[in-house]
Amino acid sequence: MDLHFGDAEPSADEREAVDALLGPPASTWEGAADRTGGDLRWARRGRRVAGRRDLLLPGLHALNDRVGWISEGGLGYLCRRLEVPPAEGYGVATFYGMFALTPRPATVAHVCTDLACAVAGAPREALQGAVCHPSPCLGLCERAPAALVVRAGEGGPESARTRGAGEAAGSGELRGSERSGGLGGSEESAAGTVAAVPPQTAAGAAAPADRHATAVVAPATPEAVDLAVRAPHAVADEPSAAAAVPQAGDPGLVLLRRIGTVDPASLDDYRAQGGYAALRRAFELGPAGVIREVTDSGLLGRGGAAFPTGRKWQATAARPEQPHYLVCNADESEPGTFKDRVLMEGDPYALIEAMTIAGYAIGAHRGYLYLRGEYPRALHRLRHALARCRTRGLLGEDVLGQGYAFDIEIRRGAGAYICGEETALFNSLEGHRGEPRSKPPFPVERGLFGKPTAPNNVETLVNVLPVLGMGASSYAALGTGSSTGTKLYCVSGTVRRPGVYELPFGATLDELLDLAGCERERLRAVLLGGAAGGFVRPDELDLPLTFEGTRAAGTALGSGVVLVLDESVPLPLVLLRIAEFFRDESCGQCVPCRVGTVRQEEALRRIAERAGSDPHGTADDITLLRDVGQAMRDASICGLGQTAWNAVESALDRLGAYA
Amino acid sequence: MTAVPLRPPRRLLEFTLDGEQTRAPEGATILDACRAAGKDIPTLCQGDTLTPKNACRTCVVEVEGARTLVPACARGAEAGMEIRTDTPRVRHSRKVVLELLASSVDLSTTPGVQDWLKEYGAEPARFGPDAATVNETPRVDNDLYVRDYDKCILCYKCVDACGEQWQNTFAIATAGRGFDARISTEFDAPLTDSACVYCGNCIEVCPTGALSFKTEFDMRADGSWDPSRQTETTTVCAYCGVGCNLTLHVQDNEIVKVSSPHDNPVTHGNLCVKGRFGYQHVQQGRR
Ligand SMILES: Cc1cc2nc3c(=O)[nH]c(=O)nc-3n(C[C@H](O)[C@H](O)[C@H](O)COP(=O)(O)O)c2cc1C
Ligand code: SF4
Ligand code: SF4
Ligand code: SF4
Ligand code: FES
Repeated sequence: MDLHFGDAEPSADEREAVDALLGPPASTWEGAADRTGGDLRWARRGRRVAGRRDLLLPGLHALNDRVGWISEGGLGYLCRRLEVPPAEGYGVATFYGMFALTPRPATVAHVCTDLACAVAGAPREALQGAVCHPSPCLGLCERAPAALVVRAGEGGPESARTRGAGEAAGSGELRGSERSGGLGGSEESAAGTVAAVPPQTAAGAAAPADRHATAVVAPATPEAVDLAVRAPHAVADEPSAAAAVPQAGDPGLVLLRRIGTVDPASLDDYRAQGGYAALRRAFELGPAGVIREVTDSGLLGRGGAAFPTGRKWQATAARPEQPHYLVCNADESEPGTFKDRVLMEGDPYALIEAMTIAGYAIGAHRGYLYLRGEYPRALHRLRHALARCRTRGLLGEDVLGQGYAFDIEIRRGAGAYICGEETALFNSLEGHRGEPRSKPPFPVERGLFGKPTAPNNVETLVNVLPVLGMGASSYAALGTGSSTGTKLYCVSGTVRRPGVYELPFGATLDELLDLAGCERERLRAVLLGGAAGGFVRPDELDLPLTFEGTRAAGTALGSGVVLVLDESVPLPLVLLRIAEFFRDESCGQCVPCRVGTVRQEEALRRIAERAGSDPHGTADDITLLRDVGQAMRDASICGLGQTAWNAVESALDRLGAYA
Repeated sequence: MTAVPLRPPRRLLEFTLDGEQTRAPEGATILDACRAAGKDIPTLCQGDTLTPKNACRTCVVEVEGARTLVPACARGAEAGMEIRTDTPRVRHSRKVVLELLASSVDLSTTPGVQDWLKEYGAEPARFGPDAATVNETPRVDNDLYVRDYDKCILCYKCVDACGEQWQNTFAIATAGRGFDARISTEFDAPLTDSACVYCGNCIEVCPTGALSFKTEFDMRADGSWDPSRQTETTTVCAYCGVGCNLTLHVQDNEIVKVSSPHDNPVTHGNLCVKGRFGYQHVQQGRR
């Protein structure tokens, strides 16, 4: 490979941002600015970070965090350091919604335009001194409408993980997190709530206006967004994660039981409330014993596919190839889903403990946590928690003195729903475009870096704690015979108490809507399972919420989205928004999805614009939708294309849309 | 003497293909088995010298027990499989995929596709006059070849040929996402500013004519391109000692393009700039 780099030079800021992540370059061959005598005599290449293509995405983040966009010089420098062909670097950078490859102001307001927020009326107009970037669902639906303001500058998340040659990737993170860990043990209790990601220590720091900052604004009134854009550092008072859990404090809760009662920053508090008992139990049981418990518990994956977790772990553990990897899928981007965010923000140590148990069971020594890019508070809390666990021997070379080595690295997504698909996630993490791979081979055989990998959703993993805590048989007694345990639901839309709810499997939709305060008189439909799910009519609310029950009823639980629509919401616009979402989020790899999602959106737009004036035209468009939908379902590579027509189909067949 | 490596005989797998008991050696794809059985399966992104990318989905077939259709080009045949290549479900997907392609890109120079459109009853016009198209203008940024992405079906073959599968130059990659995805150099720079070494191996594998010799592009533009008046002669490249095979396409005593046989066991259709474009040197001043 003979790489060719253009003439564009990085700016000092860009160079610094990349070097903060990768360490300084060793020679001009690697991109150093000053040539030494030695460089004239020997071609010394980037031994330290070459071959670390997986650092491409963190590097792109570093540039974007620092400057607000990715320039030719910046990208060229990053690619030179990592020995990635610039055309491929460009291909990767252009894949993600959060990056810009042309200049833009340092402050960007990502304004959610998705279902729940559109229902609540998100502001879309341009803002003073910032760009407004329409964004798919930001996962803040309980406080819709939502916006995320990001100001580029020094001290962004990637700069906090300087990492050099032989240094284990994880330990870099330790240092960074300790720096920001200066906020002490009790960030939440101190101020009641914690706000936007607090700026890191002030030592020699630039003025706040030049520092990287993020601010979550929800509900995003025009005034609140305007304020956040002007001073994202000053935005305070994001409510505690418990505010998203109307049931908080209910003793019947299993997965959510600590949310709102535990201090998410305090490891001691976590341990005082039962934390790390499950890991001790795991060490007693041994890896095979853990897998047996998880299998016997009947735990099914909560990421959408409902695959038996025990079987996945067994298959990964049994592979002879080494190393094995654990991947926690925290990319949560299905419109209307925010349960994983609430778990990570409200009880971060629980996820870390659960990942440690999973890693132990499958024989992995490294876990990756692929976190949705738009979740700054979860990032901050998890980093802080990881650092605490390392200093206290709960992660690292010798976990709990049991001779088991395990560490976790967080990787940030960058605005691509498709990267939640497990094989696309692997590609993204490896520094390639987030395009799904074809299966077989399955992740348990060849996953991350081509090695046996168990990818699991956040909620799935957190379930392992009660499985070990109460034992498989007690756990399996919860819920129904084939859907065991409890399930988290993300209720949004026209209800009085939107938020994350936990109910044992088998509860009906009716019961859930009662809890959330839904007025039945005005109810038009419930979208179950998200954009890839299906609609339920007001006369079908006795539907039991189980994997098998929803499947039998022709819908899906999916990731637990329950979007409630009343009569004030025009259905054609909801369908159009769903179609837009799939069009925007298709990776573009295969024809049925790449072009089919466009044709689907065009047809729905025509129908919506006609507003009933040309029934023949509409009938033709419905035929077209069915034809394209069938081909997308049958012939697409991955679940995105295969389900892109589900909601529209169910609106036609169950709600009689356009009839 | 050439050494013929001894391989253990390959196991034969038995399965049914459209109801007929069929056998294929282990490692064969469903497409291999179909072709051996004389079945015509439409393919666009599959390349005889490349790893299947299974992106176009025109080759889909039905396999008993699979939830979705499977791409014949990429899926290995397995013992006991029941494969159907011509069910209504298969025909429906192929028809729609062809319609989606034909309504969004210019397939006028894609060999075979007009017949398939007819065979499957595809009506690309039914998406209406306002259906979005790829809408690109040809990139003419060097004297040797033209990239007309208005014809590109995003089969990834050029990227794979330029990158790790053959050329190892990595001058081009897919950029953007979804319907906006395009084959591109970094920041869409002209080829002359990119890593391109003009080996033309991307042209060799392009199934649509999106990549073509400048000679062909110009002749098509002035109406003089006429394959029926062309002859093909395969010879050995004289530039260096490697001895690559060149196939010279000659029209009216002029070399109009150069390809290379894909079944050459060493070069598999790949050349360097001298073999691919050196003829311009031979016949300088043609235009
Ligand atoms: C388009 C698409 C998006 C997905 N997004 C997510 C996601 O955000 N989070 C998640 O856990 N799983 C997601 N999945 C499912 C994953 O591919 C995978 O099945 C899951 O992470 C496995 O974990 P589980 O067994 O714990 O459910 C997605 C799948 C598809 C097809
Ligand atoms: S179905 Fe869509 S998202 Fe999935 S691989 Fe195909 S184009 Fe990409
Ligand atoms: S001519 Fe060769 S180097 Fe240039 S883009 Fe094509 S394959 Fe790559
Ligand atoms: S230019 Fe040709 S080879 Fe490259 S992706 Fe497009 S159609 Fe395929
Ligand atoms: S030829 Fe098989 S998917 Fe394109």
